[in-house]
Amino acid sequence: MSTLTAAHGLSALAAAAPADRIPAPHIEYAQLAPTLIVVGAAVLGVLVEAFVPRRSRYHVQVFLAVAALAAAFAAVVGLAAGGYASDKARIAAMGAIAVDGPALFLQGTILLASVVAVLTFAERRLDPAAHGNRVDSFAAQAASVPGSESEKAAVKAGFTTTEVFPLALFAIAGMLVFPAANDLLTLFVALEVFSLPLYLLCAVARRQRLMSQEAAVKYFLLGAFSSAFLLFGIALLYGYAGSVSYAVIADVVDGTVQTVDPALADTMGNDALLLIGGALILTGLLFKVGAVPFHMWTPDVYQGAPTPVTGFMAAATKVAAFGALLRLLYVVLPGLRWDWRPVMWGVAIVTMLAGAVIAVTQTDVKRLLAYSSIAHAGFILAGVIATSAQGIQSVLFYLAAYSFVTIGAFAVVTLVRDAGGEATHLSKWAGLGRRSPLTAAVFAVFLLAFAGIPLTSGFAGKFAVFKAAAEGGAGALVVVGVISSAIAAFFYIRVIVLMFFSEPKADGPTVAVPSPLTMTTIAVGVAVTLVLGLAPQYFLDLAGQASTFVR
Amino acid sequence: MENLIALLIAAPLLGAAVLLCGGRRLDKAGHWLGTLFAAASFGIGVALFTDMLGRAADDRTLSQKLYTWIPVEGFQADVAFQLDQLSMTFVLLISGVGTLIHVYSIGYMEHDERRRRFFGYLNLFLAAMLLLVLADNYLLLYVGWEGVGLASYLLIGFWQHKSSAATAAKKAFLVNRVGDMGLSIAIMLLFTTFGTFAFGPVFASVGNATEGKLTAIALMLLLAACGKSAQVPLQSWLGDAMEGPTPVSALIHAATMVTAGVYLIVRSAAVFNGAPDAQLVVTVVGAVTLLFGAIVGCAKDDIKKALAGSTMSQIGYMILAAGLGPIGYVFAIMHLVTHGFFKAGLFLGAGSVMHGMNDEVDMRKYGALRKFMPVTFVTFGLGYLAIIGFPGLSGFFSKDMIIEAAFAKGGTQGWILGGVTLLGAGITAFYMTRVMLLTFFGEKRWQPDAAGHEPHPHESPKSMTVPMVILAFGSVFAGAFFEIGERFLKWLEPVTGYEHGNSPVSAMAVTASTMVVLVVGVGIAWSMYGRRPVPVLAPRGSLLTRAARRDLFQDDFNHVVLVRGGEHLTRSLVYVDHSLVDGVVNGTAASVGGLSGRLRKLQNGYARSYAVSMFGGTAILIAATLLMRAV
Repeated sequence: MSTLTAAHGLSALAAAAPADRIPAPHIEYAQLAPTLIVVGAAVLGVLVEAFVPRRSRYHVQVFLAVAALAAAFAAVVGLAAGGYASDKARIAAMGAIAVDGPALFLQGTILLASVVAVLTFAERRLDPAAHGNRVDSFAAQAASVPGSESEKAAVKAGFTTTEVFPLALFAIAGMLVFPAANDLLTLFVALEVFSLPLYLLCAVARRQRLMSQEAAVKYFLLGAFSSAFLLFGIALLYGYAGSVSYAVIADVVDGTVQTVDPALADTMGNDALLLIGGALILTGLLFKVGAVPFHMWTPDVYQGAPTPVTGFMAAATKVAAFGALLRLLYVVLPGLRWDWRPVMWGVAIVTMLAGAVIAVTQTDVKRLLAYSSIAHAGFILAGVIATSAQGIQSVLFYLAAYSFVTIGAFAVVTLVRDAGGEATHLSKWAGLGRRSPLTAAVFAVFLLAFAGIPLTSGFAGKFAVFKAAAEGGAGALVVVGVISSAIAAFFYIRVIVLMFFSEPKADGPTVAVPSPLTMTTIAVGVAVTLVLGLAPQYFLDLAGQASTFVR
Repeated sequence: MENLIALLIAAPLLGAAVLLCGGRRLDKAGHWLGTLFAAASFGIGVALFTDMLGRAADDRTLSQKLYTWIPVEGFQADVAFQLDQLSMTFVLLISGVGTLIHVYSIGYMEHDERRRRFFGYLNLFLAAMLLLVLADNYLLLYVGWEGVGLASYLLIGFWQHKSSAATAAKKAFLVNRVGDMGLSIAIMLLFTTFGTFAFGPVFASVGNATEGKLTAIALMLLLAACGKSAQVPLQSWLGDAMEGPTPVSALIHAATMVTAGVYLIVRSAAVFNGAPDAQLVVTVVGAVTLLFGAIVGCAKDDIKKALAGSTMSQIGYMILAAGLGPIGYVFAIMHLVTHGFFKAGLFLGAGSVMHGMNDEVDMRKYGALRKFMPVTFVTFGLGYLAIIGFPGLSGFFSKDMIIEAAFAKGGTQGWILGGVTLLGAGITAFYMTRVMLLTFFGEKRWQPDAAGHEPHPHESPKSMTVPMVILAFGSVFAGAFFEIGERFLKWLEPVTGYEHGNSPVSAMAVTASTMVVLVVGVGIAWSMYGRRPVPVLAPRGSLLTRAARRDLFQDDFNHVVLVRGGEHLTRSLVYVDHSLVDGVVNGTAASVGGLSGRLRKLQNGYARSYAVSMFGGTAILIAATLLMRAV
C-alpha cells in the first residue's frame, strides 16, 4: 500500500497533508539510461542550435544524434544482457517505467529504426544546390511564409533547419518511454513528448510547404482530439481504480484489491467507468497506430510530411504505439479480455479490409504506402488479439520487420524526382525498372515484403502473427487477414508491373544518386528484409525471449 | 562388387557432362572420349556379369543404396540400385550394343561439325537407360524413363536445321508424354496402394491389393509401355523418329529404348500376374501392333521407315509374349536381346547404304548394291535371315518360342494369338525380303541427288563395318547359344518365373507351320520384286498399300480425333475461362475497385470530418464494449 500512495502525483497530492515532507523519489538512472541519453542529447542539440556557428551545426547535430542513438542502443543491449529482459525485469522510477523484455526489445527496435531514419534526415545530395549551398528535405527557415521574401532570403543565405535533429531526438525519447510506461500519466506524458515534435517535423518540408503545413495542422488537431479522449479515459480509470498505476488497476479489475482511497469509495469498482475509460484509452492508442476508424489522418499526413519524416514516423510511431497498446491490454486489462477481445476483433477486421481496399485506387506512392500501413496495423492487431506469449512474440517480430521495410521504402521514394521535387504520382513511376533497374528492384523487394511474399521479412512476420492468432482461437480473423493480404498484393504487384513492364514516359522522373547516408538506409532496409525473411528463427527466438511483461 | 553398380551409370553420365560442358576444345577428342566412357560401362558390366555367374542362381541379386533421395516421413524414396539377372541382361545389351554404335558413329558422323555434342547425347542416353533398368524403385525408374525420353528427343532432333527433324522430335516428345502420364499415375497408385515405391516390398505385398487396383495399376503401366515402345495407340511417333541420325535409330529406336516398355511389364510381372484382365489387354495391344507394324513395313519405300515398321512389329511380339504371363516373360526378353542384335545390325547396314548413296533413303533408287558394298551386304543379309527366322539363326529360336507360347496360352485366345503371330511371321518374311531385294538385288536404279551428284556407292570405313560384323555374329549365333540347354530360360527364370503352359499343338507342328509361312512370304516377295524390274516411281498400288503408306491413317486419326477434339476442348475451356472464371475474378476485382473508389471519397481532406469519424468510432467502441459486458 505504501508504494501505492506514494506512487504518483495525483494520489500523493490528494493524500499528503501540507506538513508532510515529500520524500525524494528514488530513480534508477542506469536502468533508464537509454531514455536519459536520448533526452540529454536532445537538450544538447538545443544548446548546439544556440551556440554553435551555423556552418558547423549540421555536422555537429548529425554526429550528436547518431552518437546518442548508438549509445542508447548500447545501453539497451547492456540492460538486456544484464538480465533485465528476463529474470531481473522490474518496474523502475517508483512505478512509472517498466524495464522488461517487451520494453527493451521495442526500445531497441525504435533506436535502430531511428538511426537509419535520421540518416535520411541528413541527406543533402538529392536536390541541386541552391546558391552554392547543399540543401536537405527541410525548409530553409520553418517560420517564414512559403514563397515570401523572407523565405527567399533564407534560401539565399543558405539557412537550414538543423533543429529537426533535436526535435527527432525528443520524439524518440518519448517513443522510448511510451511502450515502457507503467502508469497512465507517464503514458500520457510520453505520448505528448513524442507527438509534439512530430507535428512540427511534419510542417517543415522544403518542397510543397503548404501541403506540409496543412498536414501538420491536421495531425495536430486530430492528435489533440485523440489525446483528449485518452486523457478522459485516464480520468475515468482513475475514478474506477483510485490509481493510475497499471498494477493497481489490474488488481482492482481482478478483484484482488477492493478499496484504495476512501475519497473514491463511491466510484471505485464501477464497471461503467472501467469499460468506458478503457475504450477511451484504446481510442487514443488506436489513433496512433492508425487503425480504422481513427486512421483518417494517416494518408494526408504521410503525403504532406517531408518523406524522411514520413518514413521515421510510420516506423517508429507504430512500434511505440503498439508497444503501449500491448502493455495496456496485457498488463492492465487482461482481466477484461472477454470484453475487449470482440471489440478489437472488429477493429482489426475493419482495419485490414479498409486499408487494403482503399489502397487499390490510390495514385500517389506516399498515400499508397499510408493505406498499406493501415492494413499492416490491422495485421498486427490480429497478433495482439491472440492474448498469448506467442501473440506478443509475433507482434514484436512483425514490428521490427515492418519498420525497416517502411523506412527503406520511403527512402527509395525520396530518390525518384523530377523538376518539382519528389515524383510521387504513380503514373510517373511507369517504366522505372528500365531506366533505373537497381532502384526499381530494391523498391520491388520492399513491396514484396509488404505483400508478405516468402523469403522476405514480411512473410515471416505475417506468418507468425496469423499463426498466433489462429492458435489463439481467432481463425476467422486469419481468414479475413489472408483475404486482405490478397487484395493488398494486388496493388503492391501493380506497382512492380508498372515499374518493370510499362513503357517509360518521355518526361519521366530521374533517379537521384544519393549520398552514402541514404544508401546506408536503403541497404540496411534490404538487408534486414532479406535476413529476417531467409533466417527468421533467431530473431523470432529473440522476440520470444522478450515476450514477458513485468507486472 | 555391388559398389560397382553406380559406376555403370556414372561412367556415361560423366562422359555426357564432360562432352556437353567441355566446349570446343574437346571437338577433336570428343568422339573418342564418348566411346571410351561407353566401353568403360560395358567393361564394368562384364565384370559384374562374370561375378554374377560365379554365384548360385538364387543368390545373384545385388543391391546398392547411394543415399535417401526424398526423406519425408511416410514418403521414402532412395537412390538405390538393384542388379539381378533381368537388369544384367539389359545392362550388357545396352552398354554392349551402345559401345558398338559409338564406334560406328565415329565414322558415320565424321563430317558433322557437332559430333562432340552427338556423342554427349549418346552418353546421356546410356546413363539414363542404365538408370532405368537398374533402379530398385519406380520413382527412380521414372527418372531414367524421362531421361531416355529427353535423350531421344535431343537425338531425333539432332539435325534441327531440318524442320522435319525438329517436328519429329516434338512429336515423339508429345506422344511420349501421354505414356509418361500413365507411368506417373501408376506410381501414384502404387504408392497409395502399397505405401512404397520399392520393387521388393511392392511385389511382396501384391497379394494384399484388390484385383481392381492391380488392374488399374497394370493398365497405367501398359499405357506407359505403349508410349515408350511405340505400341498402338501411341505408335505414331516411331516412324517420324527416323529423322534422327541412323546410329540413333539403331541404338535408341530399335535395340534399346523402345524395349523399355517390355522391361517395365516384365519387371512388374507380379502386378500383371495379379491382373488377368490387364494381361489380356496387353496381348491385344501386342497382337494389333504386331500386324500394324508389319503391314506398314510392307508399303514403305524409305528403308529406315520400313525397318521402323518392322521394329514396331517385333516389339509387338515381345509385348504379346509379356502379356502371356509366366509362359512368355522369358521369351519376350530373349526375343528382345536377339532383336537388339539383328535390328541394330540392320539399321547400321541401312546407314552404311545411305552413307554410300549420298544419304538417299528411297529403296526404289537403290538396286544391285551387293557388288559395291560386300561387307554391308553380307552383314545385312545375315540380319535379314535372322529376323525372318531362318532356321538356326537367332530370330528363328526366339520368335518360334513366342509363337509356341502364344498357342500355349490355351483356349480360343491361344488359337487367335498363335494365328496372329504366325501371320506376322509370314508378313515379316515378305517385307524383309522386299527390303533385301530392292536394296541389294536387281538393276541399278540410282538417281542423282538434289545437287546433281551421281551416287558412287562404296564400302564404308572400318569403324562402321567392324560393329556391323560383330552384330552379325550376334544375329547368327545368339539364338542358338541361348537355346541350347535352355540357358536363357534357366538364367532368367529365378526373376520372372516360368510356366510351360499347355500347347494344343506340338512344338514340331509350330516350327513346321512357321517354315511354311516363311517360305510363302519370301516367295510372294520374290515374285513381286525379284522376278520383275522395280519401277523407280512407286505405282499407285492397292487400297491397302496406299493406306499402309500413310501409316494406316494413324496421323489422320490423331488429327481428327485428338487435334481437332483437343482444339474444340480448349476452345470451350477458353470460353468458360473468359466468361465464367474471368467473370468471377474480374467481377471481384471490379467490386473491390468500386468499393475502394467509394470509400476513398470519405477521405475528403477536411479535418472536421476526420474528427467526426473518430468521434463516431469512439462511440461505437464504447457501445460495443458495453454491449459485450451486457451479453
